[in-house]
Amino acid sequence: MKITVYPDKCVGVGQCVVAAPTLFSQNDDDGQVIQLKQKPDAAEYQAARAAVRLCPASALAIEED
Amino acid sequence: MQTRQDIPDFPIPRECPVHPPAAYTTFQERDEPSKVRMWNGKDAWIFTRYADVKFILADSRFSIVPTRENFPNVSAARAAIRAKDKTFISMDAPGHTRYRRMLAREFTVKKMEAWRPRIREITNGLIDDLLARGNRAELVHDFCLPLPSLVISELLGVPYDSHAFFQEQSRYRVRMDITPDVALAASKRMMDFLDGVTRDKEALDDPGDDIIGHLIADQLRTGEISREELVGIADLLIVAGHETTANMIALSALSLALHPEQLALIRQDRARIVPAVEEMLRYHTIAHFNGSRVALEDVEIRGHKVRQGDGILALANAANRDPAVFACPNDVDITRDASAHIAFSFGVHQCLGQSLARVEMQEALALLFERIPDLRIAATVDELPFKGNVFVYGLHQLPVEWG
Repeated sequence: MKITVYPDKCVGVGQCVVAAPTLFSQNDDDGQVIQLKQKPDAAEYQAARAAVRLCPASALAIEED
Repeated sequence: MQTRQDIPDFPIPRECPVHPPAAYTTFQERDEPSKVRMWNGKDAWIFTRYADVKFILADSRFSIVPTRENFPNVSAARAAIRAKDKTFISMDAPGHTRYRRMLAREFTVKKMEAWRPRIREITNGLIDDLLARGNRAELVHDFCLPLPSLVISELLGVPYDSHAFFQEQSRYRVRMDITPDVALAASKRMMDFLDGVTRDKEALDDPGDDIIGHLIADQLRTGEISREELVGIADLLIVAGHETTANMIALSALSLALHPEQLALIRQDRARIVPAVEEMLRYHTIAHFNGSRVALEDVEIRGHKVRQGDGILALANAANRDPAVFACPNDVDITRDASAHIAFSFGVHQCLGQSLARVEMQEALALLFERIPDLRIAATVDELPFKGNVFVYGLHQLPVEWG
């Protein structure tokens, strides 16, 4: 699995950080998404999918293997 | 198909105070979208299925600019307030994006978690006061409202001794049963007050480590925004920051008190307060009339064409009770995964302060029932004054007792 982030679309509500704190963080200066890991471990797949589903601004996408 | 006579006036009254109107279920079951008639006699499409509502709220072909022809404002007072509003909640991208970027850093998950100890301290202080005064209270006035008011005052840098004033002006903002003149006058009083707060801070070399202070230092003094814009943002944050959360705390306290089996689950495992709050957000969805848009072009939704210029209501309040997504949607069930709810809306306008609201609700509800385990509602549900015709749903009062 590979996650792609589109920072231009991010509105900084942090849903991804709540859903997948090991994969995403927020920039202190503008709240924008920071990707911590591009390829999640198998144990993080569920959280990654939740983050993508919950993002209100389509700023995240997943490429399944 | 709906005939002209079948088009109901919006808002549609609720039959039961804790459920959306039964008509939303009828709308959900129809294959074609339905229409409702607004206060000014204009019709709007109403969307109630979860998938449709999410689709509309996330799609930039639907505009949130409230002065557009056919924009379905829900009352004359709301129309007057929204027409004057110059903040980013009344803008489409890209104008909207610039202001969101300025403010997102103030409400990050990390920053709100850092505020949790202070929010807990404020909550405990309010519960100490409740317990010291006896074994009865009016929970809205004594707990639900002061908690988020204190927190947003500190976050913004607005003196809390003005809370009675700003709470009253905020109440006018969400009322729908007043004339436009009364609504606008209340709005003006609030703006004048916040203009004064801003000018006092501007007079200082260091305007303060709070949101208004940051906006003065980083945006006003650098010419990014005007004082009028800053005051508008402060007004938006103060109203959105306490009126909404106060109502969610009151309705959730009621629901948990009425469902002791759910409360027992939280008592067994305090970590369950997190999914419990998501379920409360889904179940109550207090921005119950939120979701007005205008189609900027012809758009096909589930085979039905919405035409350019049509007014649209995409109601999260209905979507969060869609049985296609949430099984037995009218049941309170804190063990369900309610995280996909759209109580904070969806799309680029989703609530900026949602992480703050979550921390406040988690602390308020966990501590309230932990420290007052035998808290009871001192009235029947029928006797409680629900806020029917108010833009943000909730309770005017919630009498409780214990001991």
